[in-house]
Amino acid sequence: MGILEVKNVGKRFGGLQALSDVNLSVKEGTVHAIIGPNGAGKSTLLNCLVGKLIPDTGSVSFEGQSVLGRKPHEINQMGISRVFQTPEIFGDLTVMENMMIPCLAKRDGAFSISAYGAMMDDREIVERAEHMLEDMRMIDKREMHASSMSRGDKRRLEIAMCLAQEPRLLLLDEPTAGMARADTNNTIDLLKEIKETRPITICIIEHDMHVVFSLSERITVLAQGTPLVEDTPDKIKGHPKVREAYLGEQSGH
Amino acid sequence: MEAIILQVLNGLDKGSAYALIALGLTLIFGTLGVVNFAHGALFMLGAFCAVTFSRLIQVSHTVIDETQKDFLGNPLKVDVPYIYDFFGQAAGDVMIDWAVPLSILMAIPVMIGIGVLMERGLIKHFYKRPHADQILVTFGLAIVLQEIIKYFYGANPIPTPAPDALVGSFDFGVMLGFDPGGIVYPYWRLVYFLFAAIVIAAVFAFLQFTTFGMVVRAGMADRETVTLLGIDIDKRFTIMFGLAAAVAGLAGVMYTPINSPNYHMGMDFLVLSFVVVVVGGMGSLPGAVLAGFLLGIIEAFASMPEVLNVLPGINQIIIYLVAIVVLLTRPRGLMGRKGVMED
Amino acid sequence: MTDQTSNAGAVRPQTSKAEKSGLFGLRGKDASLLILVAILTLCAPFILNPFPEGSAMAQFNAGYPDLMQRFVIFGIFAIGFNILFGLTGYLSFGHAAFLGVGSYAGIWSMKLLTLNVIPSILVSIVVAGLFSLIVGWISLRRSGIYFSILTLAFAMMSFALAYSVLTPITGGETGLQLKYFDPRILDGALAEGTTPRANLFGLEMGTSYELAVGNWLFTFNAGYYIAAICMLAAFYLSIRIFRSPFGMMLRAVKSNQQRLNYTGISPKPYTLAAFVISGMYAGLAGGLLVAMDTQVGAERMFWTASGEVVLMTILGGAGTLIGPVLGAGFIKYMENIVSTINKTTLEGWFAFMPDGLSDVFVTIVYPFVGKGWHLTLGLLFMAVVIFLPGGLVQGGQKLAAMFRRDKSGTGATKAAKE
Repeated sequence: MGILEVKNVGKRFGGLQALSDVNLSVKEGTVHAIIGPNGAGKSTLLNCLVGKLIPDTGSVSFEGQSVLGRKPHEINQMGISRVFQTPEIFGDLTVMENMMIPCLAKRDGAFSISAYGAMMDDREIVERAEHMLEDMRMIDKREMHASSMSRGDKRRLEIAMCLAQEPRLLLLDEPTAGMARADTNNTIDLLKEIKETRPITICIIEHDMHVVFSLSERITVLAQGTPLVEDTPDKIKGHPKVREAYLGEQSGH
Repeated sequence: MEAIILQVLNGLDKGSAYALIALGLTLIFGTLGVVNFAHGALFMLGAFCAVTFSRLIQVSHTVIDETQKDFLGNPLKVDVPYIYDFFGQAAGDVMIDWAVPLSILMAIPVMIGIGVLMERGLIKHFYKRPHADQILVTFGLAIVLQEIIKYFYGANPIPTPAPDALVGSFDFGVMLGFDPGGIVYPYWRLVYFLFAAIVIAAVFAFLQFTTFGMVVRAGMADRETVTLLGIDIDKRFTIMFGLAAAVAGLAGVMYTPINSPNYHMGMDFLVLSFVVVVVGGMGSLPGAVLAGFLLGIIEAFASMPEVLNVLPGINQIIIYLVAIVVLLTRPRGLMGRKGVMED
Repeated sequence: MTDQTSNAGAVRPQTSKAEKSGLFGLRGKDASLLILVAILTLCAPFILNPFPEGSAMAQFNAGYPDLMQRFVIFGIFAIGFNILFGLTGYLSFGHAAFLGVGSYAGIWSMKLLTLNVIPSILVSIVVAGLFSLIVGWISLRRSGIYFSILTLAFAMMSFALAYSVLTPITGGETGLQLKYFDPRILDGALAEGTTPRANLFGLEMGTSYELAVGNWLFTFNAGYYIAAICMLAAFYLSIRIFRSPFGMMLRAVKSNQQRLNYTGISPKPYTLAAFVISGMYAGLAGGLLVAMDTQVGAERMFWTASGEVVLMTILGGAGTLIGPVLGAGFIKYMENIVSTINKTTLEGWFAFMPDGLSDVFVTIVYPFVGKGWHLTLGLLFMAVVIFLPGGLVQGGQKLAAMFRRDKSGTGATKAAKE
């Protein structure tokens, strides 16, 4: 029984069957990649996991509890954090404030009105945010406006914000899309470091084979809305079905 | 039955005004993505075009009429409009009488000019800014425009009558075979409705059947692609802004006999027109027209004494009530497209 | 605007470690800002009356009770509006409804309970808060322009109802006034024909003490000081909200709702709380208006009144602490002082010029003052939206920065502007 269980999930948009009969089990503590050509339904599947979309059929459960019908913030509070394709951070806030929000969310839950106490007096939150920034080697940027950072730094901050909540499952949606090679490599290193230092399960959706093969322990290949094969990276590389459906068109990588 | 037809008719003229303003608002929003709070001011400017025109053609010079004497026995001085000199007295009188419809000829170029000026001078700098900024700057512009009008024309309503031939009412009920006196309807309101219908039809035909309209519609759907095709969509959008201004202006010109124009009439209509646009669905032209007439008619029905006896004051709030219900049950309005203003 | 917001709310943890909490838990700049505002408000009767009585400039004196009260009351209204718009970015076009509802509630408290202003103001706040809870709960299902239109629709409905159907409660077109025969269960009956006056434990709001110094006349009005204390409290609370985790969440709502959702936080209750708080501020302002001038009419709920508070907040600087107060003061000053300038006054000013030239100047300036003050306001507002999204406060900061570059040491200007 994995930490995340997807059973018989189907989703239809009008005439398009985006997902059909998807079964997926992500084992605790592993890095699991979901790959597939464009339009294979990767993003739809991810959106079903975090509550942005509700599947037409099937079930999704996290640590034995169903996530279906819950709102995104409720699913997050269950222990699932999500990193977006384009970094979603609070651009108008400073890096430090960006860090404090997940810390507050972790401690106070979805809503807590503490309008009177000054934020910076909250030693516990301040220390936790500072600690996290130090961990991610961003402490020198604490007073910067998040929107004025480079894309790689924004990605790093977003991942840091997700980790500050100490999620049990981290979902990454093409974390290196649109990045320069150096930023991509930095992100890979960061994810490797996270994997080694934290007891966390990572589920990654990716297009870039370089990223997938340097990180993941299990790979699911999705094609036309349904899982084609699931195996270890080495096996996937040589798998004829995968080659046919996917790697054939990407042999340059 | 008579009562129902009468209320529908009553709703049509106000509905026509709502529909025309909302149509212009939607043209601007759909093409340029700008929320224009100054659109009511354009309606008001149109109305003052009519005022200006009827004043202009009555500009007179004084001549001494030897054939008449005043009470002191001196030759009488009379003001003769210049227009008599150009067209003769008979034609001149007709033109003065028909000043409001004729002022359309002046209003179209003037309003297009104002629209283009507004877009080039101000609005275009706000395409990339948040909708809140667009609302705010056009709100400021609306204040400025109405204050300028107030400065030149004063704060009081200026009566601008319809041509004599169209003043008064006719018994519509008799035509339909009902008892006389059942449905009495003023001529001018019927004219206003027909005029609105023609303008709306013209706008739709223009968008539907000309290549220009086709490109604009394509631009409304996907601006980037159209730009990539090498089409200068910006210039066309500027023209659309001028067109939208002209539509609002014409609505204002023809409305003057129904309500004497004053400087704040634009704001009064703007609030309702926005409600109309939102009910119709942001960015949907048919939605704007449909919602305009629908809300006009609903308002007319709510004003019936029978309804007011049961629900006093309902006529004052019905439009807002409908808007709230529609917005909460159909977030995109009656005919709104997906993805418009949804962030 | 965004820059401004974050500047205003920027935290400085380095200082926080070193400094202990200062005045009422505020530190550094915030404490000095509060002290500065307190001094300015309490000394307003002096500051706003700089010109001697009877002098040509005396018409620019704003230090009379009626206007000073309006400065602080609309200051409160704008501070509250800023908590919603400045922090969350939700643009409400219907806030006047809460002010109006607060006013009606306040006058009913004076009619039914007592002429004391404290219960009346409390009733205003509570009723306006409840009303804004209902309106907010419904309107906040939508965002952007839809939210603006929904709030506008609610406000216009309230206006229309107050004007027509609800006449038994609102007095309709004539509005409500206090009468000597109102029940007032907590007070003794008034003698027939006496005018009921609002009071604070016997101190009537209209009570003034006049101080004549040379040609200057300063008026200290009880009602003004009560309103001023309310404004200081409101201002203090708004600083606390701005600096609190709650305030940070509100700024996060404005910045990125998606991320907030995926950080396990539900934006809706935060926005609703901000909406209700700003509604209560509006209620306080409405209650104070009634306390100062015991009558209410529906026109204070009209949408132009809602537009006015938007103008105040943006003009002063949305998202900044002091901006809304400045904006409110600025607009009320124009409405009451600049609007009184007439042609004769202008001719007096330009009399030193040669005849022809002075006529030219009078003709140029005249449309912008007196009855045309709205024109100046509209132009100024557009200029602010276009060039100074942070409002007058940002303008002040820019000026200050220029001065600092020119000659370092003129910190006084900067402090004053901030």
